[in-house]
Amino acid sequence: MSNPFKPLPEATPETKPFWEATQKDELHIQQCNDCASHYFPPRPFCPSCGSRNVAWKKASGKATLFSYVINHLKNPSYDGPYSIAVVQLEEGPRMMSNIVNCDQTPEALILDMPLEVTFERMSDDINLPQFQPAKQ
Amino acid sequence: MKRNSIAIVGAAETTKLGKIPELSQISLHADAALNAMTDCGLKPSDIDGVACSMEWPTHIAHYLGITPKWVDGTSVGGCSFMLHVRHAAAAINAGLCETVLITHGESGKSLIGKFRPPVLPTHLQGQFELPYGPMGPPTLFTIPVLRYMKDMGLTHEQLANIAVVQREWAAAHPRASFRDPITVEDVLNSRMIAYPFHLLECCLVTDGGGALILTSAERAKDFQTKPVYIRGTGESVETPMISQMESFTSSRAFRVSGRQAFESAGIQHSDVDHLMIYDAFAHLPIFGLEDLGFVKPGEAGDFIWERNTAPGGKLPMNTNGGGLSYMHSGMYGMYALQESVRQMRGTSPAQVEGATLSVCHGVGGMFGASGTIVMTNDPSSS
Ligand SMILES: [Zn+2]
Repeated sequence: MSNPFKPLPEATPETKPFWEATQKDELHIQQCNDCASHYFPPRPFCPSCGSRNVAWKKASGKATLFSYVINHLKNPSYDGPYSIAVVQLEEGPRMMSNIVNCDQTPEALILDMPLEVTFERMSDDINLPQFQPAKQ
Repeated sequence: MKRNSIAIVGAAETTKLGKIPELSQISLHADAALNAMTDCGLKPSDIDGVACSMEWPTHIAHYLGITPKWVDGTSVGGCSFMLHVRHAAAAINAGLCETVLITHGESGKSLIGKFRPPVLPTHLQGQFELPYGPMGPPTLFTIPVLRYMKDMGLTHEQLANIAVVQREWAAAHPRASFRDPITVEDVLNSRMIAYPFHLLECCLVTDGGGALILTSAERAKDFQTKPVYIRGTGESVETPMISQMESFTSSRAFRVSGRQAFESAGIQHSDVDHLMIYDAFAHLPIFGLEDLGFVKPGEAGDFIWERNTAPGGKLPMNTNGGGLSYMHSGMYGMYALQESVRQMRGTSPAQVEGATLSVCHGVGGMFGASGTIVMTNDPSSS
């Protein structure tokens, strides 16, 4: 795993609950108990109001395709051109993802299409969230 | 900042632009710095403030033999120099120093002595963006565009056209990397880099540098060069993660920086004779024109298509050809500032006749940061 163009993430104490949840194929995000906003990426306080009164919760795993590019530069971790996307979670926050298990073409990747979370095993510690077209 | 109280008295690029394998990055800083000192008749011993990015001010001051009493190492990507200008103006106004040298040098192509701070696997970007295989700015900076195209109706042809218009400006510049005319078809037929971006919609990769010397408007009168006054300034940052931008059709950092610059300068959009908008990729002039308020959201593609920013248009923009055609060592902001200075001095090879007000708008670290400088050669108009 030494490809600098797909490096292995390393959890920090603040992000550990996120990566631990992915081990069970679950996507967890945080919610503020004071202002109710969901947020990502993880941190021990709410970026909307500054409150430290926050909690982890399981996300539905549903999302829509917000925007993307299809990278044509060669990357040894991918077979041919691949999407680098930003998805919008049902709960509101956005996160980066590849859109997997579908053609990597503009015809197959339609903005706002429904997506669902899946996971890519990168190492013993890292089970990377990915999104694929929703199966209804 | 008090309008027009600070002036740029020295300005120069490196002796060569393009491929400079005989110089390391720090020597590119020094080459540009010495050229700027020659431009305004100063020696290193006359400089008492140093600002630079990527290299520490310590490195630059020592290398050039300068003893500063003020330094600024703000590094927020390619617009760092706009922020240096703003900070230097404030420092000179506050009496912290008198004569500030801002340097840039980057071995972007030859990679001799080039340093870039790494993104660690523990950084938020390292955990939540890099595992998805982005390969630098062409695959990150570009992600918002499909959203913009869907929401605003921008077409692939309009995006390609931005590179075409800028090539027209580059044709007038002997130092531009690419000067031959291109068509929308040429752009759309160039190699795909990251759909929807083709090669000709992405910036060049070159070596080069530039430097500026600023002092008070009072002292500027004693210099051999025509002073270019700082009339207004702005800056802001948003996020280092493109995935976490609050909007994909507008940049918050652009809006905040632009508004401060226009308000501090006390100008209307109709006052602007010349505009530089940092264009690492073809969509940046679109975001810039809209977020600075020159046109309404969604109108910039048409505005450029209708040749308003082209030679002969009412808002000459990126008159050196921009990062798409002039040069782009990685941090292009310094070259945009240099072209604004040339326009205000009346010395640009693509001179806008009678121009008295130039707005120079930069972006850094994808859409992470922004800086905006309003320059004028007419300090009486305030
Ligand atoms: Zn909150």
